[in-house]
Amino acid sequence: MSRMAATRDGYGQALLDLASNPKVVVLEADLGKSTKSLHFRKQHPERTVSCGIGEQNMLLVGAGLASSGYIPFASTFAIFTERAFEQMRNGVARPNLAVHLCGSHGGTHTGTDGSSAQSIEDLAIFRTLPNVVVMHPCDDVSTRELTMQLPELGKPSYMRTARNKTPVMYDGKESEIKIGKGMVLREGNDAVIIACGVMVSESIKAANSLEEKGISVTVVDMHTLKPLDTDLIKSLVEKCGVVVTAEDHNVIGGLGGAVAEYLSSNCPVPLEMVGVKDRFGESGQSDEMLDLLEISSPFIEDAVNRAINRK
Amino acid sequence: MSMSNEEVEEFARKCRVEIVKMVYRAQAGHPGGSLSEIDLISALYATRMRVRPSEPKWEDRDRFILSKGHASPGMYAVLAEMGFITHTDLESYRVLGGVCQGHVDMKWCPGVDFSAGSLGMGLSFGMGCAVAAKLENSDRRVFVMIGDGEIQEGSIWEAAMAARHHELGNLKVILDRNRIQNDDFCEVQMRMFDIPAKWKAFGWTVKEIDGHNMNEISEGLDFLEQTNDGPAILIAHTIKGAGISYMENNPSFHGAAPNDEQYHQAMVELGEVEV
Repeated sequence: MSRMAATRDGYGQALLDLASNPKVVVLEADLGKSTKSLHFRKQHPERTVSCGIGEQNMLLVGAGLASSGYIPFASTFAIFTERAFEQMRNGVARPNLAVHLCGSHGGTHTGTDGSSAQSIEDLAIFRTLPNVVVMHPCDDVSTRELTMQLPELGKPSYMRTARNKTPVMYDGKESEIKIGKGMVLREGNDAVIIACGVMVSESIKAANSLEEKGISVTVVDMHTLKPLDTDLIKSLVEKCGVVVTAEDHNVIGGLGGAVAEYLSSNCPVPLEMVGVKDRFGESGQSDEMLDLLEISSPFIEDAVNRAINRK
Repeated sequence: MSMSNEEVEEFARKCRVEIVKMVYRAQAGHPGGSLSEIDLISALYATRMRVRPSEPKWEDRDRFILSKGHASPGMYAVLAEMGFITHTDLESYRVLGGVCQGHVDMKWCPGVDFSAGSLGMGLSFGMGCAVAAKLENSDRRVFVMIGDGEIQEGSIWEAAMAARHHELGNLKVILDRNRIQNDDFCEVQMRMFDIPAKWKAFGWTVKEIDGHNMNEISEGLDFLEQTNDGPAILIAHTIKGAGISYMENNPSFHGAAPNDEQYHQAMVELGEVEV
């Protein structure tokens, strides 16, 4: 049994690790206990700016800090980052100011808080913004590592983290994680599953189950949705022939959309997209949500079979 | 820079000429709010701002954030008078590839510290700049100009609350109270009642002046410079379109250009052309 951890804890740890850089500042909108920026706040209150429950202000305070040479890390729930979308668009992305926004508790996996808290469109909307790097890591190790790389990025970013614990994939493999580079976690020849976030472990489960039935599947953790690692996708399409995407996000505009955009123009092959089918969730446990919305591992398995049948 | 009130008035007159020329050439833009703000920005730059036109990115410069970024011709005119850009650059207003984009943009124009265009954003951005100055123990100041219609944006009040919470004495706001917004008079669009009381209730120090009277503007800027224990706001009562008779108090000239005849009349009224 692998170690279980929440990606948000990786984010909180990374902020602490980054504190040795005096230009790193943390912005909060009253959810530091949840997003895990509180650890930084406790140790470095002088470099933590409370913006109260005011996400629009927070994004632009970040922009002002970035324009003055600081490296601001702002976090709130994924759903509330959307409230400041235009601030991110006009105040951060357009002038290309390196504000790093983290939306925790993303996706339906966040569970019992219900549909108002289950952001299923954040990855799509931030992906449409020029200059913005969009990430959704799958475990605490990769979240920490990707966050640690942000000060060198020199452009704004959005990272979705998750509230609940998921299996850790990267213990001991930290050095292999790079922004913009997808990671092959499991190799097979019959299909490739490209997943992000909590769906990476679901995809591994699906692949293990398929293996027992004689189907070998590659699983990729596409922690960076933008820029998309198209070189990796191209090589895996050549090897496997069909693609399945898996995300805890609306099927419109997220990882599946990004992969579809690439495939349709460059190497059209059968693609099945596992994601939330353009509907809202409801209150329930994480595993119940994945089943209700038909994105848990059995549904990924079905999608792989459908894709292979289209070969 | 040291200038007498009379010299600042002449500085502002020259800027008014450029504002009208820019909008006339482009046959688009926002003359009304540029003319209402221009005496204030002229005085601020000509007598207070610690900036280096030859070194626009000097780290310890005072920041000026034009949050009502549609009133860009006013700021461009001032930047040209100050030497950040040339008067020829003003011809690029709203022209493809020009440094003078429709709304002021830090990526395009030397001397511009904020990419504006969406109302309600500059105060928050300015707050970030003010926090940065405090973190660095720098005595640079952050001046933010906002419009009166603009304070209908809710995010203005997020920033107002946060700036006082953080006791940002280096954050200094000028409110251009010209009483007109895009569609009509503010009073028609959204009554705002007692604006000074609202800012006081958010913990700000407030002073009101006539935004076209150089003596009062000078006193108002003294007030901003001397209020350092928390954020301060100077509410400047202005006239939209000030200086051009047919534009004054006329909502039509929020975002419209003069025609040939109106342009000629404006140049006459500004003393550029003899009757």
